[in-house]
Amino acid sequence: MPQYANIAVSILFDGLAYAMFLFITSVGLSVTMGLMNFVNLAHGAFAMIGGYIVVSLTRSYGVGFIPSLIIAAVTVALISVRFERRLYRRFYRATDLEQVLLTIGLAFMAIATFTYFYGPIPKSVPLPDWLQGSVNFGFRSFPAYRVFMIAVGVGLIAVLWYAIERTNIGAMIRAAVDNRRMAESVGINVDRLFTLTFALGSGLAALGGGLAIQLLGLNPNFALLYLVLFLIVVAVGGLGSLKGTLLAALVLGIIDTGGKYLLADAGGFFIYAVTVIVLLIKPAGFYGRE
Amino acid sequence: MAVSEKAIAHRTADARARAADYLLKRHRFRPAEALPWLLAIAAYFLFPDRMTFGNQALIMVMFALSLDLILGYAGIVSLGHAAFFGIGAYTVGLLIARLGWSEPLSSLVAAAAIAGLAGFVTGWFILRYRGLTVIMLTLATAIMLQEAGNLRSDISGGYDGLPGLVISPLFGVFDYDLYGHVNYLYVLGVLAVVFYVARRIVYSPFGQALTGIRENVRRMHAIGSPVHWRLVTIYTISAAIAGIAGALFTQTNAYVTLTVFEFDNSAKVMVMLILGGTGRLYGAFIGAVVYMVLEDHLSKLSPTFWQFGIGLVLILAVLFAPRGLAGLAEDIVRRARLWRGATTRRLAFRREDWNAVIVSALDGAAVGFIAGFAVNFRQTDLIAEYITSLPGQALLFACLGAAVAAGVNALYLALTRRVVVEGPAP
Amino acid sequence: MRILRWLGLAALAVAVGGSAQAATVKVGVVLPFSGANADLGHQIDKAFDLYVKLHAKDIAPHKIEIIKRDEGPPTGAVAKRVTTELITNDKVQLVTGFVFSPSAIALAPVVTQAKIPMIIANAGTAWITNLSPYIVRLSFSMWHPAYPMGAYAYDKVGCKTAAMAYTDFPPGKDSTEAFKTGFEKAGGKITLSVPMGSPVQVPDFTPFLQRVKDAHPDCLYAFIPSGAHATGLMKAYGELGLRKAGIKLIGPMDLIPDNKLQDMGDAAIGTIVMGHYAVDLDSSANKKFKEEWHKAYGADSYPDFMSAAGWDTMHAIFDTINKLKGDLSNGMTVVNALKGWSAVGPRGPVTIDPATRDIVQNEHAMEVYRKPDGKLGERILDTVKNVKDECKVLKVGRCGK
Repeated sequence: MPQYANIAVSILFDGLAYAMFLFITSVGLSVTMGLMNFVNLAHGAFAMIGGYIVVSLTRSYGVGFIPSLIIAAVTVALISVRFERRLYRRFYRATDLEQVLLTIGLAFMAIATFTYFYGPIPKSVPLPDWLQGSVNFGFRSFPAYRVFMIAVGVGLIAVLWYAIERTNIGAMIRAAVDNRRMAESVGINVDRLFTLTFALGSGLAALGGGLAIQLLGLNPNFALLYLVLFLIVVAVGGLGSLKGTLLAALVLGIIDTGGKYLLADAGGFFIYAVTVIVLLIKPAGFYGRE
Repeated sequence: MAVSEKAIAHRTADARARAADYLLKRHRFRPAEALPWLLAIAAYFLFPDRMTFGNQALIMVMFALSLDLILGYAGIVSLGHAAFFGIGAYTVGLLIARLGWSEPLSSLVAAAAIAGLAGFVTGWFILRYRGLTVIMLTLATAIMLQEAGNLRSDISGGYDGLPGLVISPLFGVFDYDLYGHVNYLYVLGVLAVVFYVARRIVYSPFGQALTGIRENVRRMHAIGSPVHWRLVTIYTISAAIAGIAGALFTQTNAYVTLTVFEFDNSAKVMVMLILGGTGRLYGAFIGAVVYMVLEDHLSKLSPTFWQFGIGLVLILAVLFAPRGLAGLAEDIVRRARLWRGATTRRLAFRREDWNAVIVSALDGAAVGFIAGFAVNFRQTDLIAEYITSLPGQALLFACLGAAVAAGVNALYLALTRRVVVEGPAP
Repeated sequence: MRILRWLGLAALAVAVGGSAQAATVKVGVVLPFSGANADLGHQIDKAFDLYVKLHAKDIAPHKIEIIKRDEGPPTGAVAKRVTTELITNDKVQLVTGFVFSPSAIALAPVVTQAKIPMIIANAGTAWITNLSPYIVRLSFSMWHPAYPMGAYAYDKVGCKTAAMAYTDFPPGKDSTEAFKTGFEKAGGKITLSVPMGSPVQVPDFTPFLQRVKDAHPDCLYAFIPSGAHATGLMKAYGELGLRKAGIKLIGPMDLIPDNKLQDMGDAAIGTIVMGHYAVDLDSSANKKFKEEWHKAYGADSYPDFMSAAGWDTMHAIFDTINKLKGDLSNGMTVVNALKGWSAVGPRGPVTIDPATRDIVQNEHAMEVYRKPDGKLGERILDTVKNVKDECKVLKVGRCGK
């Protein structure tokens, strides 16, 4: 294979894997902000908690990596329901600024709590053998874990797309994002709907957190460290849009990877430059409502 | 008919007079306003060993004040205000390190000018948008500046910064001491000047127009107010003040690194301002000082876990002082006034209120129970010194958790349930 | 709580010693206890605690009182504030700790003005010691491991060409510059230099390493902060199959911090690093250090090169207290007492160079291998004796000032 094609394949593949991580972790945030207009800066904390559940299960209890991921996602989804019901609900009518203060306070507390129990040393997870090697696709071989991440991402996208576009609940969510008052007046229980989507979003964040350990390591500060990245994906994609979040994750993931590969000196620059350009042209993001 | 018309006219005139009176009075200096300044001067004499802390607190007050001008008065939410703080900081740093210009006051002016210019240019682009778009654009601007600085670390010194900056004595006379006494008075003086300017702006017709934009952009457009230019103007002023704060930061630290542009810096100043209360000028004072003092004390108490305390305070603040600490104080005063001579009644706790309290008690108990077990896993001697049995400890924690959660919730409900039944009209 | 306990211990020591001239030496410890780099602070803090616990009786009848403060983020500002207050408010007689170079740089004028010795237990930017006559460094400079690695890589590892990849901040630039100087002097050729993002966030390392893979050098010299970055880099190195492609991974010991080595898996095997400490270093001092560490912090907790420096730092402070009979009121006397200080610590023999107030220590070339018990370990391949900070010897850039 010629050199430039090889480079292009590398960038596309690595960018795709990175994009899947971005998508899985950010999609919940996008829906929360789009549906309830709720700024949840503690979103990263749910991802961090998911990561630690995976670490505990695999290391201390010998549970497999994949079952751990699922358990982590479900557990965090359940925990988040409790949070939503008891705490967040009170602040749906509050201003953005109050929401910022509340959720950043929660993130601080989560960081301190997990430092207390797990210590600040970064954790990693033992992977099953089949995820450690590389997979040969004939023309080239790729790291197995990245192939796995892409597969999980694609699978989730398919499921989410079906759930949002083809099921009754999905239709209700779309209705509520479009026009909340109207949705309520035709009898949709938006509160319950939101609890559901919030749980789903947090569960996905936990899954993303679990998947990211191998990529980025995990320490309690994960809760805030990557928050900017998630916010960027949400803003560039457009609030509450599944399509938009996916497109934003793909664009940012691939451009970031490409920038790092081709122009490492200015590597950190690209993702922000793209954000600025996109937002100057389309202020509401790719698929946001103006 | 005639009588009632006359009465209406009279009432209108009366209201007009009162409004005019209010407008005339509200920018007058109130005695209570002297309090923070007196406290700042008192601190100088009371805590002579803590002036380095005092310096940094005053600088954060100024930084928060600059954010208040755009966030509190014009409703521009920025998560990248550190950009201007950083520009100011680096203006002073580079002036000394590259040009040898070390006179402090003139470099403050230079910092304000350059930060203001940056504010003008970016504001002109960014302020066409609103909400999340503005947040992300400001955030990206700050981070891009940081990346640019790292790219040219031959100029900026990178993350190791510009060391050993020597500032000329203030007014050519006062040199800087280890205890930071000169610095403290210097910063306090600059803050007073900046505050006076900010106060004048806020209470001017221009400031009123900004509040109008914050409250209802469409109406301001409709009455022909040059919305964009007004926003750009206040953004420029705010950037200049943030630049001065950054310049003072470099001068008092005699050092600057690229971390001044960090997202944490932008987020922290915003948290401080919201904690203190937006749109009040003095909210910046209260928020920055309370936050800094808390951070300082908690991190001395427990260098590792102090963030827990900060987080808890923020959450409690949102629950009990949704308009910030300054807003809380205003609320208390207003309520006291309102209730004087009025009949008030606390609404009786209804069934669902009691249910909410009970559920929160259960929540607290569950969290406490888990914590009681979990704490023991870490074998903290702090706990083990007093309680030896694990179930006993978990039970104790559960009771504590239940009591705290139920107490907080009941207090919250009680505070939000008092209403005026009859009395003088507000 | 801890301070109280030490005070109690020290008081006990006094009661046993029963001397008349008992002094209490106040030491300020400034380390990052919170934030993204908290684990680095904790590695050093644990070594400090351990040393004080085991050796409090050695300085009887004198006592040591330790006041700990959070160094905060690597801005220098928080460190400057808390350290200045330790000096002005708590009246400490010396300050130690300092993981981040910016903290040490920001504080240099302060300690000069206050005449308080500052004993650095980590911060590795080479020229820091030039900033103030009150700074003494017990840890290392970036040049300590990186410069000898240059010659070693060319002569012994067989790298004719090398790529350099580093986290884009001063220690990364220092380390690669030092390696380049040594490597090119020996005859090697640097073919590629890749900066890899900020020290704050761990990036996805794959694109950077993919680029290295496509350039096909003999060796990859990498520098990353020894926190979460290290694990991430090793995973990406393994996943991309760089070793199979014939690209050897070399670097300073930050690549394989001992407390994270076991998590790194097979990818780490064969990595060759230059460093002054490894858990597997075979010496009686290190064996004892390890034993006490595991006894205090559990079998899963490992000391690393930072802990070893922390241990020696406290050791030097204790020796100075004894040498000056508890009177540490004059900062310059303390610094002079530290000049030429030498001991055999977990790292091996260490000396403070009187001319530069920087450490002189042995650097070991080490290879990661799988031990018979299934755990990963480091095998010492070679030792370079008595390495000085070459940056100051060669007077590179600011080091020459």
